Amino acid sequence: MDRLPKWADVVLVPIVSLLLAAAISAIVITAIGQSPTEAIKVMVEGSLMSAYGWGYTLYYATSFIFTGLAVTIAFHAGMFNIGGEGQAQLGGLGVALALLFIPWPHWTIALLAASLGAAAFGAVWAAVPAYLAAKRGSHIVITTIMFNYIAAALIVYLLVDVLRPAGQMDPATARFGEAVAIPTLNQIPLIDLFFVKKVPANITLFIALAAAVAVWAILWRTRLGYQIRAFGKSESAARYAGINPTKIIMISMILSGGLAGLMSINNVMGEAGRLLQNSSEGAGFIGIAVALMGRNHPLGVVLAAILFGFLYQGGAELGLWTSIPIELRIVVQGLVILFTGALDVMVRMLLVRIFALFRKPQVA
Amino acid sequence: MDYATLLQILDSTLRLGTPLLFACLAGLFSERAGIFDIGLEGKMLMAAMCSGAVAFLTGSVWLGLLAAIAGSMVFAALHGVASITFRGNQLISGVALNFLASGITVLVAQRLFGQGGRTPPLEGAARFNEITLPFAEALRPVPILGPLYAEVISGHALLVYVAILSVPVTWWVLYRTRFGLRLRAVGENPAAVDTAGVSVKGLRFAAVAITGLLCGLAGAYMATALQAGFGREMTAGRGYIALAALIFAKWRPWQALGACMLFGFFQALALRPDVVTAVVQVKIPVPFLDALPYILTVLVLAGFVGRAIPPRAGGEPYVKER
Repeated sequence: MDRLPKWADVVLVPIVSLLLAAAISAIVITAIGQSPTEAIKVMVEGSLMSAYGWGYTLYYATSFIFTGLAVTIAFHAGMFNIGGEGQAQLGGLGVALALLFIPWPHWTIALLAASLGAAAFGAVWAAVPAYLAAKRGSHIVITTIMFNYIAAALIVYLLVDVLRPAGQMDPATARFGEAVAIPTLNQIPLIDLFFVKKVPANITLFIALAAAVAVWAILWRTRLGYQIRAFGKSESAARYAGINPTKIIMISMILSGGLAGLMSINNVMGEAGRLLQNSSEGAGFIGIAVALMGRNHPLGVVLAAILFGFLYQGGAELGLWTSIPIELRIVVQGLVILFTGALDVMVRMLLVRIFALFRKPQVA
Repeated sequence: MDYATLLQILDSTLRLGTPLLFACLAGLFSERAGIFDIGLEGKMLMAAMCSGAVAFLTGSVWLGLLAAIAGSMVFAALHGVASITFRGNQLISGVALNFLASGITVLVAQRLFGQGGRTPPLEGAARFNEITLPFAEALRPVPILGPLYAEVISGHALLVYVAILSVPVTWWVLYRTRFGLRLRAVGENPAAVDTAGVSVKGLRFAAVAITGLLCGLAGAYMATALQAGFGREMTAGRGYIALAALIFAKWRPWQALGACMLFGFFQALALRPDVVTAVVQVKIPVPFLDALPYILTVLVLAGFVGRAIPPRAGGEPYVKER
């Protein structure tokens, strides 16, 4: 098979995958008797045409940047961390425990404590499967799936039997209180000129962007990052070069779990103000689509996260204003993962054919 | 706990273990041929929706069953094309198809019936109804065994017995036929099979098709026997529990029966927390019982309870020419 030019590999493959996913989604929308153009219009209007819509799009994007980076860093070490969902939920528990029992004087200190709690709990939840993979040879994919379910059960138990305040019916913790509420984008000077209404997107967005830069720096500008990427490319070569497999598996998964956990400062601390059941709402899984779409590069992850933020906010708008069920966004998510992750060879072959078509006349 | 309660729990065990068993055997065929399949969940869900919808529209459970198999087969074919033809990542393909199924089932059911993504309740000939085995009532007075026969063994939907029968059939196919030998070989050493002049792709597609068939039965059982109709996300992680059972059983059919019934037993216990509390004298949280299959699987995978070694060529696409 011919090789594609690098720019085509980086830019065209994800775009063609996305177009294929969009085309099939359009067919699905038509098949359920709705209009795809109408759907796109509602989605764009509800998520991109107003500051209020952007407030939601960026709120979702913030979570997806974290989970996308989590999947990315594990991918570079040759591991498929499908446990982002469980790690994010545990991160939520870390946030709740950090905020519930200590009366923090100011939200800045509370944010620091909550971030540490979130990252630590997410990291621990990833460290156990990582240890089992490194030392006992368990399959990381299966173990992290199992840990998603164990996390869900653990959170249900804690919310129903332990953390729920007396007299409250719904399984959730007490509210964290106004003192530790972090500023939303409409409360930040200058940015509030754009966001005049209250939006859920909050200061965590900047932490997410900083995390993207940090992941880029770790992966491409440090010795550790080099080791992670070398290990991911070829385990035997890395081992021969003196790279310790246990260390790389542990560190990359701990970083991955920590990032997945960190998303909880966006939703649990920033938006809900208390820990609810299923707080991450599937964002951990969307991280897989975001990482694949973003070509496992932090810049790509940020762009793909905004795209999925649009898809999520737009999908919610569809559920509100049309009779297209909100589940359409899960279909699109599945299609994007299918085309960018499992059928990328097919997309590449397709592009190679097209490129050959344009090249031939020059040769002749 | 008295004998009657025990029988009730065993009865639920068989009921709840059946979809796990179908899905587990489905995964067994696929993984033994070297194709990882974490998309069992999605195929079951798709099958459940198809059977629920078609059984309601036609009033025939048999047409529902066929629709279930067809729906599941489409997803199996997609997985086959992605992971065999285009040598894609099998794990990612499985994840993708699970999401696809999760969304599309609701979209279609909502379009057809407009009941919030459910299919209307099924009754009569649109369901697999309970079968009373011969002499169940006559044998009931026999001490111990009589009630066991009447309560636990008799009185299930046809598919429950089909599931149990699938175990020896799977064993026979895998270990006593040429197809089975080749299937196992293709999961361990596809190059050897290729050298012998047998098509690796053909065998793997055949295995994936069997997986589709069995997941179809699992989904049809969920929607037309265990429950009366399809509901969104009704499989509730059973595909993953089946995967856990498959690992627990170390990819062998008889052990799969044991593992699925064990996990079905946990699910039955989770429905009766009062009984659990009475037996162990300590209040055990229901979520712990829910998580037990997953915890056990992690322990098995970690090699603390026996060693689980997957088929050697599992997850790796076969490239013919090097």
